[in-house]
Amino acid sequence: MALEKITEVSGRGVSVPGDAIDTDRIIPARFMKCVTFDGLGEYLFYDVRKNEDGTDTEHPLNDPRYSGATILLSGDNFGCGSSREHAPQALYRYGFRGIIAESFAEIFFGNCTTLGIPCFSASKEAIARIVSAVEKDPAVEITMDVSAQEIRFAGETVKAFIRDTALSGLVNGQWDAIGELLEAKKEVEVVSSRLPYFAA
Amino acid sequence: MSMGKSLFEKVWDAHAVRELSNGQTQLLIGTHLIHEVTSPQAFGMLRDLGLKVAYPHRTFATVDHIVPTDQRVQPFADPLADAMIRELDKNCKEFGITYFDIASGDQGIVHVVGPEQGITQPGTTIACGDSHTSTHGAFGAIAFGIGTTQIRDVLATQTIALSPLKVRRINVNGHLRPGVYAKDVILHIIRQWGVNGGTGFAYEYGGDVFDRFSMEERMTVCNMSIEGGARAGYVNPDETTFAYLKGRRYSPQGAEWDEAVERWKGFASDPDCRYDDVVNIKAEDIAPTVTWGINPGQAISIEQKIPTPESVPAEEKDVTEEALAYMQLPGGEPIAGTPIDVAFIGSCTNGRLSDFVEAAEYLKGHRVATGVKAIAVPGSQRVDVLCKERGLDKIFEEAGFEWREAGCSMCLAMNPDKLVGQQLCASSSNRNFKGRQGSPTGRTILMSPVMVAAAAVTGKISDARKIFGVQELVEV
Repeated sequence: MALEKITEVSGRGVSVPGDAIDTDRIIPARFMKCVTFDGLGEYLFYDVRKNEDGTDTEHPLNDPRYSGATILLSGDNFGCGSSREHAPQALYRYGFRGIIAESFAEIFFGNCTTLGIPCFSASKEAIARIVSAVEKDPAVEITMDVSAQEIRFAGETVKAFIRDTALSGLVNGQWDAIGELLEAKKEVEVVSSRLPYFAA
Repeated sequence: MSMGKSLFEKVWDAHAVRELSNGQTQLLIGTHLIHEVTSPQAFGMLRDLGLKVAYPHRTFATVDHIVPTDQRVQPFADPLADAMIRELDKNCKEFGITYFDIASGDQGIVHVVGPEQGITQPGTTIACGDSHTSTHGAFGAIAFGIGTTQIRDVLATQTIALSPLKVRRINVNGHLRPGVYAKDVILHIIRQWGVNGGTGFAYEYGGDVFDRFSMEERMTVCNMSIEGGARAGYVNPDETTFAYLKGRRYSPQGAEWDEAVERWKGFASDPDCRYDDVVNIKAEDIAPTVTWGINPGQAISIEQKIPTPESVPAEEKDVTEEALAYMQLPGGEPIAGTPIDVAFIGSCTNGRLSDFVEAAEYLKGHRVATGVKAIAVPGSQRVDVLCKERGLDKIFEEAGFEWREAGCSMCLAMNPDKLVGQQLCASSSNRNFKGRQGSPTGRTILMSPVMVAAAAVTGKISDARKIFGVQELVEV
């Protein structure tokens, strides 16, 4: 399966600050009562973006200065908690194409990579500099260069990190593994036939 | 001389199919568990690609997240929930997947059903679109949560692309003090190493305490590995494991049983294996533990005071302020005495027979405090039957609890069991995230089932040892 080679992602940024932002916060469980992922973008960060009467809170995603942002900036351990792919699906459907955070929870990172959303880890200081540039001028273009593992913005360049396997998958257009997994039918038969419990 | 291997390495090696172009391993998933929330889109993707389920006999389904725990007759009052359950039913029928539905008498939370059916076995790989799949590691399996696209991968190929984890051995040696439970052990571990301390690791739990633990206690600990950032957690299989599995529906039978036990023993970590990290905890240092904040690492002993932004390390100041504001708790004051509105005993963490046995033991002769809504929700229909055979449902009801039917219930509130407004819930579940229990402003304090029982009868967060008169054992 030929997939797009994701070597870089560019766009405007928005900061949703905080550490350990969990997937329940990214997409509250009650919006997972669905049999497709369509429409999830509407409910992204719903409970922190909306008051109980349905009016908007002062959340960065409600701030018109950042509308159209495609790169999300956040803190440590982003995406922790539930394995729900609804979280990266909601981010993607809302319009995000890349995420920069201090660190990521493991299942969330894998789910994003499988959707072709690069997740860059960067230092607190580097993220603070990007956020400061974005706050000064929300139109500033941020480029996440996957191959070079760096982030360019407003004439600055900062280091970023993405694990080798994700980098390789993204830049080679193999971030969704299904094509490759399907090629190994014979090998799967061989390995599974050695496992007595598998036959049961 | 060759170095020994950990259980993780042995199971990984036995299931590794090949190396993929990006350097990840194509790993065989021997056992795949599915539920109604994260699987429908995977079947949709499968259909879009024109693929079939490769090994339907290795996927098992049940319904847990969205099922009501009171009114069980379909159609459910919630049309969305009803549509999801019908979708699961349709998918299982179309692809020939075993489905433990409500009518089967075997329905329940997927992490309760797998073990009690004997589907969860040592030396296996288990995946499920649910982060608490780490529960199954209690049997010496490598078990982890996956996303929906990976569910598609397992359905289509029985494999996923994954990188191996490092292994951290966590020894808990000594004796737990009376009134200290498996839940306290895992809350203590998460509190010590933080909610992301386990990122990149599988946790191997061992030592005296785990050697003595029942399978249900081991499951409680492994269940919450993910709350400490560890995608998988496991305990090496031993006689306790084999005794639990013997005679269960999907366990090997007859001559195959003895062969299986020998094989399972071989998966246990070798004494000379290399761990990436080893940590040691003294069992005596663990107290009844409760959370005070908005993630499971924000926990203290029941005897301690709620932290203040000034009392925590500088990097935790902001999140402490955020947590105190959300929880509306006074920093610097004891956590004991915090009034509660709701008490919940259940979930894949603490919804098994022993959880209800222990709580019932202490609930006898007590009444739920006025104004507190208390619910007890068995983790499966089988747990429900076992509890009723022992009369536990009556004890709970006489104490003022509602005894419900099996499901995830108020752990995540995808069903009618939800907090309302800013209600505060003493909960035996696994997550105290903002809004987790269904109200965007609802508040959760995590604890063991016995501590929930103590909170229910006093109407406030309480030290169960004092309320129920648990005595320190005298060493002789």
